[in-house]
Amino acid sequence: MNIKVLFFASCRDLIGTGEREMTLPDRATVTDLISKLVSEQARFIDMAPSLMVSVNQAYVERDAELQDGDEVAFIPPVSGG
Amino acid sequence: MAGDVYKIQDKKIKPDALYNAVLADSDGAVTTFAGVVRDNTKGRGTSYLVYDAYRNMAEKKMREIGDEVKEKWEVDCVGILHRVGRLEIGEISVLIAISSPHRKASLEACHYAIDRLKQTVPIWKKEVWTDGGEAWIEGDPSALASR
Repeated sequence: MNIKVLFFASCRDLIGTGEREMTLPDRATVTDLISKLVSEQARFIDMAPSLMVSVNQAYVERDAELQDGDEVAFIPPVSGG
Repeated sequence: MAGDVYKIQDKKIKPDALYNAVLADSDGAVTTFAGVVRDNTKGRGTSYLVYDAYRNMAEKKMREIGDEVKEKWEVDCVGILHRVGRLEIGEISVLIAISSPHRKASLEACHYAIDRLKQTVPIWKKEVWTDGGEAWIEGDPSALASR
């Protein structure tokens, strides 16, 4: 399946882009996506525990299963206001 | 015609427009809150701020806050604006305006709304200091537990 992955703030700086198209095996979870990103950028493993994850603009847990066409975002602790 | 407003915007926030947008003839109060760019963080001089947002989701989460507010208090309309991009000292980063028939509801609701915004809405602030340093500021991760 193909998904769109968004990165913001410090996470975007680490990954080097704000948006990527990624391909994952069917039934992959958020945890699988994180593992794939860590395999490409080792320092992501340090940042990952503090990140919230959203799928199609709703916060989800790490065991959430992804679907083809999903928009996944990695969300550092927010600091608006 | 008064109505709710939930918007992330690049252009300068003008308080009057939001005030007018939420106010109806049946209201007896409007509470507004403006978050403003301060010239220092714990004594370290701030040059300017840069705000980034996950726009669609941020507007959705702001609408959810408005819905929560309406469940908890007898308010009329809720308006929440947050600016993104580069903001200079003294400029408004966030503006909330809530109207209600009676003052207590909008006063309490406005306080609640800004606290929730700081917990759940995907917006980030980068501080650029006068000494040349800069950093993305991260909120309290435990706050998101109450998302």
